[in-house]
Amino acid sequence: MPEQYKLILKHADEPGYTPDLGCYLRHGGYEALKKAFATSPRALADGKSLSPQEVVRDDVKASGLRGRGGAGFSAGLKWSFVDRRSGKPIYLICNADESEPGTFKDRQIMHKDPHQLIEGMIISCWANDVKLAYIYIRGEMPHGAKLLEQALAEARNAGFLGKNILGTGYNLEIYVHRGAGAYICGEETGLIESLEGKRAYPRIKPPYFPAVLGLYMCPTIVNNVETLCHVKHIVTMGAGEYAKLGTPNNTGTRIVSLSGDVKQPGYYEIEVGKVTLGQLIHDANFGGGLKPGRSLKAVIPGGSSSKVLKAGEVFKLNRKGADGQMTKVDVPMLDLPYDFDSLQAAGTMSGSSAIIVLDDSRSMVETLANLSEFYAHESCGQCTPCREGALWLAKGLHRLSHGEGRKADAEYLSHIAQNIQGRTICAFGEAAAWPVLSFIKKFKDEFEAKGAADEAAHAKGAGPSHELKLAASPNQH
Amino acid sequence: MSATATPAPAPAAPPPVETMTVKVNGKTLQVPKTMPDWQGKPQPTTMLQAARFAGVDIPHYCYHDKLPVAGNCRMCLVEFGTPMMGPDRKPVLNEDGSPKIAKSVLPYEPGTPRGAIACASPISPGMEIYADSPATKQMREAVLESLLINHPLDCPICDQAGECKLQEYSVQHGQAGSKFVEAKVHKPKEVDLGPRIVLDDERCVLCTRCIRFTKDIAGDDALGIVNRGSYNTIAAWQEGKFDNNYTLNTVDLCPVGALTSKDFRFKMRVWFLKETKSVCTSCGTGCSITIGSREGVIHRYEPRENDAVNGPWMCDEGRLNYKWVGRADRLKDVLVRGQKSDWTTATREISAKLAAAPAGSVAIIASARQTTEELFLLKKLATKLGALTDSIAREGEGDKLLVNADKNPNSNGARLTGIAFTEFGFSLPKIADGIAKGTIRTLIVFGEDVTKHGLGADLLAKLDTLIVSEILPNATTAAATYVLPGAAHAEKRGTFVNVKGRLQKFMKAVEAPGDARAEWEFLHELVFNVTGQNGFVSIEGLFNQMAKEVPAFAGLEWAKVGDTGVNVPI
Repeated sequence: MPEQYKLILKHADEPGYTPDLGCYLRHGGYEALKKAFATSPRALADGKSLSPQEVVRDDVKASGLRGRGGAGFSAGLKWSFVDRRSGKPIYLICNADESEPGTFKDRQIMHKDPHQLIEGMIISCWANDVKLAYIYIRGEMPHGAKLLEQALAEARNAGFLGKNILGTGYNLEIYVHRGAGAYICGEETGLIESLEGKRAYPRIKPPYFPAVLGLYMCPTIVNNVETLCHVKHIVTMGAGEYAKLGTPNNTGTRIVSLSGDVKQPGYYEIEVGKVTLGQLIHDANFGGGLKPGRSLKAVIPGGSSSKVLKAGEVFKLNRKGADGQMTKVDVPMLDLPYDFDSLQAAGTMSGSSAIIVLDDSRSMVETLANLSEFYAHESCGQCTPCREGALWLAKGLHRLSHGEGRKADAEYLSHIAQNIQGRTICAFGEAAAWPVLSFIKKFKDEFEAKGAADEAAHAKGAGPSHELKLAASPNQH
Repeated sequence: MSATATPAPAPAAPPPVETMTVKVNGKTLQVPKTMPDWQGKPQPTTMLQAARFAGVDIPHYCYHDKLPVAGNCRMCLVEFGTPMMGPDRKPVLNEDGSPKIAKSVLPYEPGTPRGAIACASPISPGMEIYADSPATKQMREAVLESLLINHPLDCPICDQAGECKLQEYSVQHGQAGSKFVEAKVHKPKEVDLGPRIVLDDERCVLCTRCIRFTKDIAGDDALGIVNRGSYNTIAAWQEGKFDNNYTLNTVDLCPVGALTSKDFRFKMRVWFLKETKSVCTSCGTGCSITIGSREGVIHRYEPRENDAVNGPWMCDEGRLNYKWVGRADRLKDVLVRGQKSDWTTATREISAKLAAAPAGSVAIIASARQTTEELFLLKKLATKLGALTDSIAREGEGDKLLVNADKNPNSNGARLTGIAFTEFGFSLPKIADGIAKGTIRTLIVFGEDVTKHGLGADLLAKLDTLIVSEILPNATTAAATYVLPGAAHAEKRGTFVNVKGRLQKFMKAVEAPGDARAEWEFLHELVFNVTGQNGFVSIEGLFNQMAKEVPAFAGLEWAKVGDTGVNVPI
């Protein structure tokens, strides 16, 4: 039976482990930083050599580390895009705005082991010639912000931060910046605008790629909390050893937030791809199965914006056979390895690694109405398709879930969502559209049945609502 | 192209423009690799700019040539393709040897086209832009639909009706039916943003042009967006406090009827307005304007784009400075010694008096609010009569954007025609002295109240003859022997030379009231009667004659001066 693999959360939940510096140091804290500082230049085959910082950057790339925030992009590659010749300062921002519904992993780190994040940040900053970094923490996490402030002060006093860190001559400051409570601040360019003191309107790309034109129009790295923690472990273990964790192209560990209709909701750290969705839901080491008498209906596998998976779905995935040849094999949904690539191949994503389990007691119409209401409320409103479309979806779903539905609403809602995805400034458009598109695609019968039932009820004399009167003459607004 | 008086010194030959090949709607064209951005700095050419080279206008709301790019309206989304690259990083070719094009698709849904916003997306070599493909049209229709679902559709009472981008694009990309069956979002209908601006939030498409203009052009960070998502609204930092001298430009910039001018709101349907090209007279900048008038009444001034003068902007003060043209107390009658008379009588009497006047007994005070042609004619009279001439300075405050401290529109016209020296008012004391001593017996005043400039009523009373041409009554017209009612610039044609030496012509929008006449018309009669010189019966002939005689205007012809004017040496 697969078990948790605790790398990031190795100590966090141990009895007596506290978030202060003393405890962190007793558990080997800041040794990775010292090791990073002691990195030797590396000679290359072509006679050139890499500086110690370049060695660490190279190791992060070689480790295969992928971003733990949502997109799963290679962290090393992201770092390699940074414009290092502009003459401008390079900034690093830790994205601690964790706000995707269903996700509660970063807060475990910040609340229980803040120095691990800070150590990961210092190493990442040093490796990227960053002199000033920020932790942008979600407004709803005042306790986390307080703990981080304390931890930063401790690190400063101990010489891990500030001027001439550990006598190396390297200077770095890290500041905590609290958000004001908007989901869009987790979008990296929206976060940067917010950090600059402005409304968190995501920037258009091109031209405003953070690696070139980020914070204050300077090159900027934005990494998730968990991602930055992994950098520490890559330094400690070495890129090669680290890459042995997990599966090829899906290396390392991940903290999974498991919620919904399971017996043991919570956070579980696993080797990426070594545990399946079904094991996460059913095994005693993880979710412990569904509630008594219930059967599985659906799984939202990577945060609320990821496309839903239906119980019983089977996917055709590429698998490397013993002969090294790729073949298509049938993989039932519950046998999907929980990693970046498998879920992408199944048409969804591991996103922020937040699994929401829905059993047969759940109405898909009401679940989707709830999700859409969230996205309508959180749309920043900057660009047209999302601003108008997100609320349109929420209104339609509210109607459908409140007895005013139509059989045609399934098509109607899909059409609206189709006009949002891929047409917006940031990925929020997808976040608002994907739940709708996937719920209706996979549970179309349920949506149509709900609409048809409402229509039938009205035909029997319940009387059409004001909106439905308008629906009878579709040319009117 | 407009002509120039003396060719400006040739700028250093610009480096050859580097180009690249792109296709727009199937048409192959070479376009420059870089184009000027909103500040004029060269930046990679965008798809929207490239399409213009093919004569294709990609619809947009938020994009504006002279504002930072926002990319928020999404109306300019276009389907595009780029040359496919093989694993060897070489282009993949079709059987006929042409490069294979990979159309843009959603990365997670390869069957669905992915649009790029043409306003902000740079072109690349070999790119194909499909500005009228079914996918592009579908994207536009969807954006327009989104903009309209919560729009009040109150076009019948909207000031913007007739010049509204929602209406225009609805004609091109709208759908007959709507599938929207939800309740609309309602927002405030009459928000008092500032002393000159009222906002209708329900009509707003949140393109942020007004915010960007106010922050980045006017330099006043007064506007922003409040609330979230579909409930977003434009707001001033404090209600009623949006009050810089450029606020009304936001009304022009607003592509819909959200920002309205208190001055123009609910006053006139724009399609009834006759548009006349003119020049603002409120300061020496001389912004190019369009006068909107109907049946002899001016209803608004709007800036007319002229990169040599004002770009697409103008100040609020200048824009609203038109009401005096239609004032009820305008001078409408020719007056001879206080009695209503007619042009024939007055012209005959004045001509006879001037012809008989001994040399040096006449002085002329002209106004730098007059047209260059009128000042030229007055100078002819002065030369014949041996008259002292001068003009009156009008100084105020300037700003960094458009407003000039010189409040006369044609100070350089007065200097170039020789009516005044560089320093205005230089000869005024001499004229006053001459009147006091009795050597100056006749004074001709055009468009100025000289009683405010050292020539008080007592002094004027010593004259034999005071000839005054004016538009509005004042203390000088009250003392005049002859009052000749003149025309406002909007009532005649002519030219002004601005503080930077830009000569611009302006056209007639409305008729002058009563017997009032364009000054150049009766001045050319006086000049003929007194000097015998003729040939100025039309403004074209007059201007061309002036160009022959005034060195600064050498080589100019009325017909060759374009709508944006020409530079003259000052």
